[in-house]
Amino acid sequence: MKMALASMRMHGWILLIAVLAGLLGAPFLASDYLLTVLILILYFAYAGQAWNIMMGFAGQLSLGHALYIGLGAYVAAALYVHYGIVPWVGLVAAVAVAVACGAIIAFLAFRFGVGGVYFAILTIAFAEFARIGFDHFRWVGASSGFFLPVAQYTSNDLWNLRGNPALFYYIMLTLTVAAFLLCRLLLQSRIGYYWQAIREDEEAARALGIDTFRYKMYAVVISAGMTSLAGVFFAFYYNNLFPEQVFHISRSIELILAPIIGGIGTLFGPIIGAFLLTSLAEGLHELLTAFGLDVPGAKQVFYGLCLLAVITLLPDGIWPPLARALRLTSQPSKDRGP
Amino acid sequence: MTVLLAISDLSKSFRGLRAVQNVGFAVQPGEIFAVIGPNGAGKTTLFNLIAGTLVPDSGTISFCAERIDGLTPDAVCRGGIGRTFQLVRPFLGLTVQDNVMVGALLRRKDVTTAMRRAHEVMRQLDLFDKRALPASALTLPDRKRLEVARALATDPKLLLLDEVMAGLRPTETDRMVEILVDLNRTTGLTILLIEHVMRAVMALARRVLVLHHGAAIAEGEPAAVVRDPAVIESYLGVEAVD
Repeated sequence: MKMALASMRMHGWILLIAVLAGLLGAPFLASDYLLTVLILILYFAYAGQAWNIMMGFAGQLSLGHALYIGLGAYVAAALYVHYGIVPWVGLVAAVAVAVACGAIIAFLAFRFGVGGVYFAILTIAFAEFARIGFDHFRWVGASSGFFLPVAQYTSNDLWNLRGNPALFYYIMLTLTVAAFLLCRLLLQSRIGYYWQAIREDEEAARALGIDTFRYKMYAVVISAGMTSLAGVFFAFYYNNLFPEQVFHISRSIELILAPIIGGIGTLFGPIIGAFLLTSLAEGLHELLTAFGLDVPGAKQVFYGLCLLAVITLLPDGIWPPLARALRLTSQPSKDRGP
Repeated sequence: MTVLLAISDLSKSFRGLRAVQNVGFAVQPGEIFAVIGPNGAGKTTLFNLIAGTLVPDSGTISFCAERIDGLTPDAVCRGGIGRTFQLVRPFLGLTVQDNVMVGALLRRKDVTTAMRRAHEVMRQLDLFDKRALPASALTLPDRKRLEVARALATDPKLLLLDEVMAGLRPTETDRMVEILVDLNRTTGLTILLIEHVMRAVMALARRVLVLHHGAAIAEGEPAAVVRDPAVIESYLGVEAVD
């Protein structure tokens, strides 16, 4: 668990620093297309990290995380479009709304003993409520969509989050690194131990004095708040929001693929998973286009095959065996650890 | 001397089956108290009532002169009662050390301080050398000791042990007895144990309560209790007496 960085070997550090340096320099070297792919990778790594807090650390399966993406996106976008409130202020409101919603859902579930699969269904239900609700919410465009003034490509305006891909790239990189550090800090403190105890055996955790209700609430609230920031980013990056897309269950599923494939409960898992999945899917798309093929749904089929392969061949995800193979960690016996 | 744990007139039924009926006893601070009885006598039910896993139908449970019946298991633990599970429940995906850390963090928010406590407890229970192993790699005797270590790390005033000797070989049983006696002597820890292994009960307990069909049929010093005709008939069997 805490072996993430503490027990990482020298060449692991060198590798990490090299990757970070490469990521920092990417906008100067990469083409615009490559940069958008990198943004997508970082976006999924960040959102996957946020989801991982709930599922990977505390063992609470959410299949409705698109709810928090959507709430973050709509709240920040609506404040910007209707009242001219800059996203840096809007994100505070976005996080507050997502946290409140997460707290309500978690309270209902945990107070009434809804767990496991039923909890997952509840998270889907709330995301669907939101999708249908926003479909009829005229103030933010209802089903015909909500649009932000399109960014001027040439000039960067950090304050209003208008600008070229490099700006968004650095914002997403900052978020991803911050999320990683936050998760590492959480895992290494009391809350992280308690979450993992709850994940492993809730009754045994209670017998050790853990107020499991409270700690599960913390997991949901932190995860929801972090996920909503990805939503704020989404709104200002894509400039258009459709409930049918933003809140759709396929979005929730897409979000959790990276941590599942990379390694649930690990710190590097969501990042590795996002990198592999997104780059391979984009590569596949490019390949098909090069051959003049246009296969709708090819990406989804590819995701499905990846998931199948990882679940059957590497049930712990790619990161734990990868870390062992690269000898990044000195204690290979800890399977669940990053 | 004030009583640490006082149980009076405690009853619990499951759909008409009276698992525990009108049981009462008191455990003094610093003593090792054993509850014995045949399978289905209500030992584990009694245990779960004390630990807060079950709520009694009637009767009271007081710990340190405060009522604890009806409290949740986590509140009971925070109050100073640590428990083990008859069927061990280690956090399989965590290392031995992290398992014990979860217990140690109850009274220490700081990870470094908790780690010191975890190391101390792991040394006491012969688990220190295995601290980096995942709990899933442990054998049953080690898992039993881990169960005790985790509960002990929460610094209980009273430790509830649910058949920690079951499934152990005689030498392993003797080692566990040794560890518990040592803990009791050096730290003054009070222990309430449910046990089938009479070898351990005789070596450990200062007083014994015998349950049969949910009711207490005898209480007293181990040597006297095992000669009690009612106990011999219901539990030990006639051949147990030489």
